[in-house]
Amino acid sequence: MQHHWLRNLAVIVLAGLVLAACTSSGKKGAQEPLPGNEQPTVTAPAQSDSEISRSVDASGNPINPQTGQPLTRVFYFDYDKANLQPESLAILELHAAFLKSAQDRRVTIDGYTDERGTREYNLALGERRAEAVATFLVSQGVRRSQIDVVSYGEERPADPGHTEAAWAKNRRAELVYH
Amino acid sequence: MAAHAQITIEIDRGYDNPKKIAVVPFGVGAGIQGLDNPSDIISFDLARTGQFAPTPTKNMLSMPDQPKEVLFRDWRVLGDEYVVIGRVDPAPNGNISVSYFLFDVLNERQLANGTFTAPTTALRDMAHLASDEIYEKLTGIRGAFSTRIIYVLALDLSLKTERYRLEMADADGARPRTLLESKEPILSATWSPDGKSVAYVSFEKGKPCIILQEIASGARTVLTDFPGLNSAPAFSPDGRQLALVLSKDGDPEIYTMNLATRELRRITRQRGADTEPSWTADGKSLVFTSDRGGKPQIYQIEIATGLTQRLTFEGDYNARARMLPDGKHMVFVHRNDGVFHIAVMDLDKGRLMALTSTSLDESPSIAPNGTMLIYATQDKGRGILAVVSIDGTVKYRLPSSVGDVREPAWSPFLNRTR
Repeated sequence: MQHHWLRNLAVIVLAGLVLAACTSSGKKGAQEPLPGNEQPTVTAPAQSDSEISRSVDASGNPINPQTGQPLTRVFYFDYDKANLQPESLAILELHAAFLKSAQDRRVTIDGYTDERGTREYNLALGERRAEAVATFLVSQGVRRSQIDVVSYGEERPADPGHTEAAWAKNRRAELVYH
Repeated sequence: MAAHAQITIEIDRGYDNPKKIAVVPFGVGAGIQGLDNPSDIISFDLARTGQFAPTPTKNMLSMPDQPKEVLFRDWRVLGDEYVVIGRVDPAPNGNISVSYFLFDVLNERQLANGTFTAPTTALRDMAHLASDEIYEKLTGIRGAFSTRIIYVLALDLSLKTERYRLEMADADGARPRTLLESKEPILSATWSPDGKSVAYVSFEKGKPCIILQEIASGARTVLTDFPGLNSAPAFSPDGRQLALVLSKDGDPEIYTMNLATRELRRITRQRGADTEPSWTADGKSLVFTSDRGGKPQIYQIEIATGLTQRLTFEGDYNARARMLPDGKHMVFVHRNDGVFHIAVMDLDKGRLMALTSTSLDESPSIAPNGTMLIYATQDKGRGILAVVSIDGTVKYRLPSSVGDVREPAWSPFLNRTR
């Protein structure tokens, strides 16, 4: 998995460099793209819908075409629940559009819970949350083969605190693009 | 060797009328230096049970280390019911021997004695063996002081240096050593019934997989690495099978693996999550957590027939059950008013009793003699271990000097040579 991740990082870095060059945002040090066989997953200033949805930031994460900002990749859940919150859906639709137009990209959905409850049951709950995201993406036409699901349960909290506020931040699914 | 988190013990509560026992500092033979006195170890073992109140050394009127030196009146006036004396002496081949004698003060007679010989590094082992024998003689229950615990120590959580250690220590927290260190989470560690191996869930591959590790050699084998969950390993009482949870076919389901052939058998076939399997003492059934009814509750399935019954009905969160050796009681995590406690249930009567009153209590693991259980809780925002007697009366905590400690598992009886 580590090697896999590193290999993909190289692609992402490459894509980021190309993006920097294309947008010529005034950043100095925009270098020549590194030689390589893999095509970068970005295109020049977008014209069509599919090109818009393929835009990525320097880290290779999709950009929200409406705001130009990176798409939110963290989605929160209610306590003990694994159903998507209504406000998550619009952003997840944009992720789905990105994955449909960039079928060479893969995403891992990491599912998490807060610390309450048993660790093993929380692994199951975290998986259910991640699967809820995966199922939604597939319902939007994303190929299941582009999606991996990993549950961490209550491990790796976003906020290590023990308050309601910390718990709310920890009940989440995170999209990690490769 | 890396600096270790030191675990100490703070006793919170015991029985109202513990038996008074004097454990006299052992006589130490010429040439033996720098070792703990076995009396300290034995005294602390007995004190932790809550059933015994050791007499402070400073109150003792005499310090015999030979049976003929014991004057029973010296102990009667202190109210002691029992006296333990002993010696540590050099033995051939660089070993030491630890011998002890247990006396009944009222009846003025010797109840037990024993001698153990081993290298000096095994002094604590010999003291714990003496404790085991003394405890069994006085209570009729096999002592579990010579056992060990494994637990997960999480260090530098949420920092770049975040790491996880699978630690093994004596049951009193002494002599910790690291079985595995990883940057990725480790959880659900469990003992094989022979005490020679552990199985656990590791995220070292970027996803959960189940790993079997031999303690002595450190040799590790990946048992399952399927897509989805690979979790909650539990050895069958005969050590031949491992119950585990896989979600490769959709929902988390319970399987058993034949450890010789690695053959998998699917046990549960319901919608919803089935997880946290634990074997009944006869090896014929599994108790497990399922939310097939909407909320997590504990069920029991007979492996041969698939016959399933729900065991818990009180409350809307009951999970991670472990059966007591008597087969009649079960401990588990129970949520009441939003707070998670360890509870015990009499399976015949269906009565539930909360054993702990702190919050976020989880991962109960029962001592092999069935008298106490160790569990994970929080203290000042940090994960620590604590122990409670099965009747809820005795409690002690094992705070660690560093890190978050969680998911303890109490070993089976370990056969050590006398």
